[in-house]
Amino acid sequence: MYSFDYHKPITLDQALELFKGADDPIFLAGGMTLIPTMKQRLAAPTDVIDLSELGELRGISLSDKGMSIGALTTHNEVASNALVQQHLPVLAQLAATIGDNQVRNRGTIGGSLANSDPAADYPAALIGLGGTVVTQSRSIAGDDFFLDLFETALQPCELITRIEFPLPDRAAYAKFRNQASGYAVVGALVADFQGKIRVGITGAGPCACRAIGIENELMQNLSVDVLDHVEVPDVGFNSDIHASAEYRAHLVKVLTKRALKELLSQNN
Amino acid sequence: MKIEIDVNNSLHEVTIEANTLLVTVLREHLQLTGAHVGCDTSQCGACTVHLDGRAVKSCAILAIQVADSKVVTIEGIGEVGNLHPMQSAFREHHALQCGFCTPGMIMQAIDLVAHEENLDREKIREGLEGNLCRCTGYHNIVSAIESVAYKA
Repeated sequence: MYSFDYHKPITLDQALELFKGADDPIFLAGGMTLIPTMKQRLAAPTDVIDLSELGELRGISLSDKGMSIGALTTHNEVASNALVQQHLPVLAQLAATIGDNQVRNRGTIGGSLANSDPAADYPAALIGLGGTVVTQSRSIAGDDFFLDLFETALQPCELITRIEFPLPDRAAYAKFRNQASGYAVVGALVADFQGKIRVGITGAGPCACRAIGIENELMQNLSVDVLDHVEVPDVGFNSDIHASAEYRAHLVKVLTKRALKELLSQNN
Repeated sequence: MKIEIDVNNSLHEVTIEANTLLVTVLREHLQLTGAHVGCDTSQCGACTVHLDGRAVKSCAILAIQVADSKVVTIEGIGEVGNLHPMQSAFREHHALQCGFCTPGMIMQAIDLVAHEENLDREKIREGLEGNLCRCTGYHNIVSAIESVAYKA
């Protein structure tokens, strides 16, 4: 790892000031991606700004707008939180499938979303649930958040403070897990908001996206069988050592079916 | 720079660089060599220690990040003649072959039993996702953890 200056601000304003004053700074949340990346010298920031003291980035609360989750909330905190388990169980279940236990004890929801790894799990939830990313200066609709591989709508000095999720009537997540890394080769989150169906897909393309074609079919006929007739084009999908684009397109359909089957088994 | 770090309930002052990893401080500054560096890419879990009571991989954490936290290593949970119940269980069930992964397995197993309800063999195997045993001695490791979970 290259050397860098380390900062641990105690307020959000301090964190932003430090960021503005540095050459090539980076924010550090849980560090489960950033630190291994720096160890491999794939990242070489001049300044690392540790966010762990920022209390305003923590906490889970429920309001009439839905579930609000602080950016620094760890995956295990989301998975084990009673409010999330009761009102947004799909998110608790999704969080429990991320990485391994040690990673879930450190990795954060804000860090995962800001990183926009094409195979991360949370992006499927942000898209599939139609969530909103809240930063220090604005709210960004989940549909507008992911731009490309490891690229989001966040500006350089913009920090996620919390994520807001509306509460669906029912929802389910299914993923095809890479055996070695635990990342999603493909993951599908299907949510039902009073008959309005959203499908968020991760792992297939350069960043998480909605499966609008599938959503439209399901809004006409909410059944697993209808998906047999849907064509999922593999245009623009990732093709790598883990899976071809064609196989990923197939997985989109299979995992959407699995999630839908689980969703339909839930009481409305 | 100098930092104070609380390891196994005692405060240590160490001089480090910002890019020094927690596992490096444990092994090279404090001579606590129980936490092993197996892969150094945060996959094998041999470096697992407890940070404020939860299992973490000390090769993926900067030492300076934990200056205000409590770290517990395998050396801090028991001693010869007074083993931690999880250590005793590993001994009774012959849950180690070469022993390299054992400190990380035990630290993760303690977290698992403390935080997961209704552990069964399948859940224990899932819980060990972040720990690799290259002797592939998982069967007896699962049995050891199961025996502690049932007593808990």
